[in-house]
Amino acid sequence: MHVFADPTNLDAYLSGFLWILKLTGASAVLALVLGVLLAAFRVSPVPVLRGFGAAWVNIFRNTPLTLIIFFCYFGLYTTLGLTLSDDLDLNNYWLGVVGLSVYTAAFVCEAVRSGVNTVPAGQAEAARAIGLTFFQTLRIVILPQAGRAVVAPLGSVLIALCKNATIVGTIGLIEASSVMKDLINSNGDAVIAIFAVFAGTFAALLIPTGYFFGWLANRLAVKR
Amino acid sequence: MSTSTVLYDHPGPRARVRNAVLSVVFGVGLAALLWWVYAKFDQAGQWEGSLWQPFTEAPTWTQFILPGLRQTLLAAATGMVLSLAFGILFAVGRLSDHWWVRVPAGAVVEFFRAVPLLLMIFFIFYGVPFLIQGPVPAFWAVVVGLTLYNGSVLAEAFRAGIRSLPGGQSEAAYAVGMRKSQVMRLILVPQAARAMLPVIVSQLVVLLKDTALGYIVAFPELLQRGVNDLSANRGNVVAAAIVVAAIYIVINSLLTTLANWLDRRTRRRGFRIPKQAAAPDSTPAGGATVAEPQG
Repeated sequence: MHVFADPTNLDAYLSGFLWILKLTGASAVLALVLGVLLAAFRVSPVPVLRGFGAAWVNIFRNTPLTLIIFFCYFGLYTTLGLTLSDDLDLNNYWLGVVGLSVYTAAFVCEAVRSGVNTVPAGQAEAARAIGLTFFQTLRIVILPQAGRAVVAPLGSVLIALCKNATIVGTIGLIEASSVMKDLINSNGDAVIAIFAVFAGTFAALLIPTGYFFGWLANRLAVKR
Repeated sequence: MSTSTVLYDHPGPRARVRNAVLSVVFGVGLAALLWWVYAKFDQAGQWEGSLWQPFTEAPTWTQFILPGLRQTLLAAATGMVLSLAFGILFAVGRLSDHWWVRVPAGAVVEFFRAVPLLLMIFFIFYGVPFLIQGPVPAFWAVVVGLTLYNGSVLAEAFRAGIRSLPGGQSEAAYAVGMRKSQVMRLILVPQAARAMLPVIVSQLVVLLKDTALGYIVAFPELLQRGVNDLSANRGNVVAAAIVVAAIYIVINSLLTTLANWLDRRTRRRGFRIPKQAAAPDSTPAGGATVAEPQG
């Protein structure tokens, strides 16, 4: 444990996990908004919107996240000159958020769409029978019920997003996994302790999150 | 709801006009966006023939992309076999009657599901050499990491599958005099594996995509060879990334199609277990399922 007694290392550890939390937070919000929008596109009456949603999901769900993040940096930033912030770290951070969001949105979309499928057809038929339009049906009747059915899958998506945030380390943001790599390389005598602390922090963050979402899903489940 | 078409009425004249207008408006917006991207690429000179020409030349394929693809598929295949074995072993372990098997197996599965794959690969690649006083090949760092993570996810899938089988299956097996291990091996695991086949195949898609993490530890897989090394020689990062992404998308779409086909086939045979039992996590009744989106 002497490694973490050194204030520099402790700071590196804390800032590494702070980046992970910041990446997760911003990407979760963006991916949720984008994902619900895409799910609405995929069930809409307009064929072009349906096609767009399907194309998005097929492209981003089947591409490795490492490649997407790689493209955000070397494609968008280095080659096309897209700069999101003047600060180098913040620029990498926002490029990472873009990559994580477009990737995770595909999974949110699929989760929400499978939630829509759990709502009995009678609900939508009744909504149409009383004259609600497509948007009213979706907004007032379907999505609230679908939302309660997808709490658990969205929880899994959020947990995966938090773990995936480590991949942003590839484009030079010093997040938790990069910090661990550096600490291991400079403290070869304490590799097990270092791994135990980093992996333990992730486990301590994510295992309770998993149980929380399981509990919330049971609490919010629609009784049928 | 089986189809989304119950969400809206069959379009009448007004709805058809409205849908057509929305299609045109969105289509024009999308075209404008694509044009903007095209113009940006053009401005940066990314449509230069010299950047795309390498893909018409044999050495690009024989020296970079195909060897990379071979390593990717090799790592994925090894990881698949090992993680299936790991998954079955730990699923059975978690269902054991002995607490000293059940509890450690549960702890291992929960731990490896919660730790990012990249963290594990870094530990194996950079940390383990200090412990064993010798280098760990990047290939094994990637494969072992993939096995531990995906094996744990598969263990949960197998466990859900075994628990969803009707109790009469194991009771009948015990009644004809089978031992505990025989019941598991001959009765429960084969049925669970068959019922969970779609979930298993979609997890294998995740595994295949995750081999791209090998790029970070300089394992010469598709992303490393086809994008990084190729563009170091030719200066065509964007073009190479697009081509390699297309290769990944084609392979994974084929695997996803296989998963969907298996799903339909098992459903047709009436061999399907309820959706909520198929979820690796404790999804409530009526809950939806989705594959774990690890990178």
